[in-house]
Amino acid sequence: MSKLKTTTNWGMAIVLAIGLSQTGCGKRDSASSSGSGSGGGEVTSVQNMGSDTMVNLAQAWSEEYHKVDPSVSIEVSGGGSGLGIAGLINGTAEIANSSRKLEPEEVEKCKAKHGHDPKEYMVGYDALSIFVHKNNPLNEISIEELGEIYKEGGKVTKWSDLGVQSIPGAQGDEIVRISRQNNSGTYHYFREVVIGKKGDFKAGSVDLNGSKDVVETIAKTPNAIGYSGMGYATPEVKIVKVAKKKGEPSVMPNIETTLNKTYPIARPMFMYTPGSPPPHIQKYLDWVLSDAGQKIVKDTGYVPLPKK
Amino acid sequence: MADIQTREAARPNELSHSPHGALPAAGRAKKRAGRGGLAIAGEKLIELLIRLCGISAIIFVFGIFFFVFREAAPLFFEKPKAPTQEQAAMVERHADDHRPAHKVFSLKEFLFSKEWYPTSQSNVRFGVLALIVGTLSVTVLAMLMAVPFGLGAAVFVSEFCGGKLKETLKIVIELLAAIPSVVWGFIGLTVMNPIIQNLFNAPIGLNMLNGAILLALMSVPIMVSIGEDALKAVPDSFREAGIALGATKWQLVYRVLIPAAKNGLLAAVLLGVGRAVGETMAVLMATGHAVNIPFIKADGSFNPWFTFEPVRTLTATIAAELGEASEGSQHYRVLFLIGVLLFSITAVVNLTADMAIRGIKRK
Repeated sequence: MSKLKTTTNWGMAIVLAIGLSQTGCGKRDSASSSGSGSGGGEVTSVQNMGSDTMVNLAQAWSEEYHKVDPSVSIEVSGGGSGLGIAGLINGTAEIANSSRKLEPEEVEKCKAKHGHDPKEYMVGYDALSIFVHKNNPLNEISIEELGEIYKEGGKVTKWSDLGVQSIPGAQGDEIVRISRQNNSGTYHYFREVVIGKKGDFKAGSVDLNGSKDVVETIAKTPNAIGYSGMGYATPEVKIVKVAKKKGEPSVMPNIETTLNKTYPIARPMFMYTPGSPPPHIQKYLDWVLSDAGQKIVKDTGYVPLPKK
Repeated sequence: MADIQTREAARPNELSHSPHGALPAAGRAKKRAGRGGLAIAGEKLIELLIRLCGISAIIFVFGIFFFVFREAAPLFFEKPKAPTQEQAAMVERHADDHRPAHKVFSLKEFLFSKEWYPTSQSNVRFGVLALIVGTLSVTVLAMLMAVPFGLGAAVFVSEFCGGKLKETLKIVIELLAAIPSVVWGFIGLTVMNPIIQNLFNAPIGLNMLNGAILLALMSVPIMVSIGEDALKAVPDSFREAGIALGATKWQLVYRVLIPAAKNGLLAAVLLGVGRAVGETMAVLMATGHAVNIPFIKADGSFNPWFTFEPVRTLTATIAAELGEASEGSQHYRVLFLIGVLLFSITAVVNLTADMAIRGIKRK
């Protein structure tokens, strides 16, 4: 019996040894393949992360730029402006996308870490659009009304409070508020312009983790209202015109109304680098700001910078 | 789950060995002397490795608890301090920035306030009461659905079917356990959402009920396999005695087997609860993720339709917010404290389950 025991032990040892060597090989293989995957020439990869609003745009830029300069690969990931800025500060993001300006505190942190102020590039505008379900008869809304719907202590909770009597397909009269997670740049911007810097959101809103999720959920929920980037519009949802104040003319978000500032909740989109960027990143950012880069802004549904 | 099965499987072996007397240590050493030193060293090494594998679970559990707690701990030790010169200078430079004075963390607020505003500009509040209520209410609702189903299925698989059907059922139930939670979440988001809206006239289909149904489906397989093990552990003499007394099959189950296996069944339920409390991805996607106490309406009255309210759980909050909370900030630490809270809840549930299992063994 003891003999049997030793053989099984040795058997196990062999199995273990093979297993370990296999995993070792696996690791080496993957490392070498990622090395060889970069092809003949040297490819420099650039980490570009942040704003979820901008992720589609950044992806489109990255793909197009790869045709312009195959030696640079821009690796785009989303996660929210907060994540991009955190990456900028701790050094994991070479370019941070942000749909809001850096907070003074964040500039200080970045300066403390990298030695100089982060460099800011305004790369386009996004008209923050108010979406409702396509069956909703609501056509226009004022910033004050939005505030009453969303802010802590706001009075509006029912569609009838806004004069909407019935929404085909809706269940009851309740307004389902769709919002974003509390680190999103869009959330911060919406709070600033609609609720006021000192205010907070009414608890109980459905907080989703992506710009696209907001639009998709509204498409499935006739009772819903929500805010998201203009570029995320689909035929399943309706964009509502927004008025600065009740009684003033309401405005549809588009390129023209964003640039002439009649649309009240449009915001610039930024890219940040920690200090002055190295030449290959500078070249990319110059291309983003060029006509070719700005055309992509328009194509993906955002608002390009005005021509100088 | 696997842990318990192996433990149960290991027990009889030990028992069967000990009467024969696994060779006394001295005898073993004598036998070994005959072998090469290399073989002995090799065996020692393997023994050590396997011992390490066994103990590693303990090390990991304590290690994880230690690291999670370490990230949260500074919350309790920080004191309101006068701003340093640098900070004062910064405040002066950004006079327009109406940032609130740094608030000291309060455990009372954490546990008993329902206001969760971790990134507020004016008034940061870290109250997780709504999240605790969310987690518990989703779990309780899920268990109301899962317990009858799970235990019913366990009784059926163990007592009422045999042969091929039994094998097929067991395999399919194991498969149900293998579906990743993000897939469940996806089903909640795309399939259940419109169904719940239309079936129950709910304003939004991403709500407590949606999450609870998913959690019920996810915890049923655990209950079935552990519940079935518990029923199987009831000695056949009990069944024979019951049948000899003229009991019908149902009377046998109801009067004999369930009381005899009640500790094991309780453990099955509690492990299901543990699974439900700790589940993250599916509830993040399906419950609507709204900081909301479902039982109270906006005007403060009781809400009888609470199952159709969107809620948010502790786990989903960590998943959604930790990635973007800057390291070392109060928000970051509070998220870790939520981790400690969750850890404590699941530890209590699992310990209770374990004690229930021990209860069976003693019988």
